[in-house]
Amino acid sequence: MSELTGLYALWYREVKVFLRERSRIVSSVVNPLIWLVAFGGGLGSAISFEGMAYQSYIFPGVLMMTVLFTSIFFGLYIVWDKKLDFFKEVMIAPLSRTTLFVGKMLGGCTDALIQGGILLVLGTFFGVQYTAYAVAILVLFLLFVAIGITSVGLAIGSQMSSFEGFGLIQSFVVMPLFFLSGALYPLKGLPDWLMIVVRANPLTYIVDGMRGALLGTANFPLVEDVGISLVFVAVMIGLGTLAFRRMSAI
Amino acid sequence: MIIETKGITKAFKNLVAVDHISLSIDEGEIFGLLGPNGAGKTTLLSMLATLIKPTEGTAKVNGYDVTKEPGKVRKSIGMVFQAPSSDDLLTGWENLYLHALMFGVPPDKRKERIVEVLKLVDLYDRANERVKTYSGGMRRRLELARGLLHKPKILFLDEPTLGLDPQTREHIWEYIERLAKEGKVTILITTHYMEEADMLCDRVAIIDHGKVIALDSPSNLKRRLGTSMIKAKVRQPNMDLIKSLPYVSRAEVKDGEVMIALAEAGSHVQEVLCNLGEASFVEMREPTLNDVFLQLTGKEIRTESAETLEQRYMQVSGR
Repeated sequence: MSELTGLYALWYREVKVFLRERSRIVSSVVNPLIWLVAFGGGLGSAISFEGMAYQSYIFPGVLMMTVLFTSIFFGLYIVWDKKLDFFKEVMIAPLSRTTLFVGKMLGGCTDALIQGGILLVLGTFFGVQYTAYAVAILVLFLLFVAIGITSVGLAIGSQMSSFEGFGLIQSFVVMPLFFLSGALYPLKGLPDWLMIVVRANPLTYIVDGMRGALLGTANFPLVEDVGISLVFVAVMIGLGTLAFRRMSAI
Repeated sequence: MIIETKGITKAFKNLVAVDHISLSIDEGEIFGLLGPNGAGKTTLLSMLATLIKPTEGTAKVNGYDVTKEPGKVRKSIGMVFQAPSSDDLLTGWENLYLHALMFGVPPDKRKERIVEVLKLVDLYDRANERVKTYSGGMRRRLELARGLLHKPKILFLDEPTLGLDPQTREHIWEYIERLAKEGKVTILITTHYMEEADMLCDRVAIIDHGKVIALDSPSNLKRRLGTSMIKAKVRQPNMDLIKSLPYVSRAEVKDGEVMIALAEAGSHVQEVLCNLGEASFVEMREPTLNDVFLQLTGKEIRTESAETLEQRYMQVSGR
């Protein structure tokens, strides 16, 4: 019972702080809008895939990106919390490390999903047409990204003691995850070597599932997309929990 | 014995931060760990608070072993950290409410306790304002309130008045004293402020390079040195003669000033001055813990101003 109350407290703190940091919300919504308007609009005037406007084509990918960026940086932010003695206050609470991890993770997921939700609504201004089914599937996959990637961020962040490695994570984790996910281009006709990398990226299946539900063009069956995403999410939760157990306070 | 350590040690890669420290602290005591920055005070406190594991030795807090029963230890303690650890986007009330949830304060007691501690630290009127708008002293008081919220038997205070103005500092000392006296809370405090240790603590352990180099009540520690100190500016001090006087326990020249510790003052002061030579400035005062530290280690406890957040950041990232 006390673990559950603690869990609620951790989640409540994250959401409350997030909602008060208006600038963070604004910037995280403006970023994907720039992708849609500038990149999607610009490149879209020259190309189109599978008979649909490029802007619409990349919309699921941009949704995924928004949640990806918010989630991973939320997770990595724990380094800052640790530096400021802030997290020590949490760490001396009589709560298990698993509770700390899950509370933090759920808080980050909520933040990311709120941003994803705002973008979903804004999508209607870009001519995206939703069915109830599509919205349900989109939210499901966004939840997968949020849980999986927040866990990755927390796992990495909990093992770091300074911001030194941030650039490396940006270059070697965040960017490859995004650009090698088929968020911006179709998978058909990719060179073999690229295809291997893209198929090894769990986010590929998430983008594919969302695109299938929204636009009706998918490379893999929905069951496969959901299945692989679930495995990804489960493994990352496990990894995050383990990382939190090993985390040192200094 | 509410806190007991036996040869507790923490070795990092290239330094031994805490080196076989054995202490026992009684219930209701205000116990001070005094030493310069980097002496190992915070590391020792962190081990007792179960934040880091000792590499050697054991410690019991409220009867529970810090490595074997960290959960029970955490339920017995409250802690106020060196750096601000309240959330400045949240209000004072919200910060306390979250703490109450995390530390298992029963639902029907939460509100009552929050009001109680807010009143104790005089923040009741500002409870619904964001911590961002608080002054440094108010933040510190809020953190003190938070440390007390779940009624811990033991309170760890890591440099509780670091960087605060003298008035606020005295204010906080009052709270701490009241807590120990009325609330029967055992308080373990780290500080590098001599006056703080002197004013507040029943007993002080002077720590340098991870070791306890002296442990006693502040007055006993000072008495070891003598009863009074003479500081004088003398052009050509006759040090040999001064040192040979039987009641002089210590004499040295530093930065052109003569420092003399007298085992007994009284009529001897006149005699010292007569033998000293031509003095242009004389000051007489009681010994301080700084003098004790100086005698034990040959150096002063630096009393530099509070570290900035940035400096602290550098310090932590250097580990």
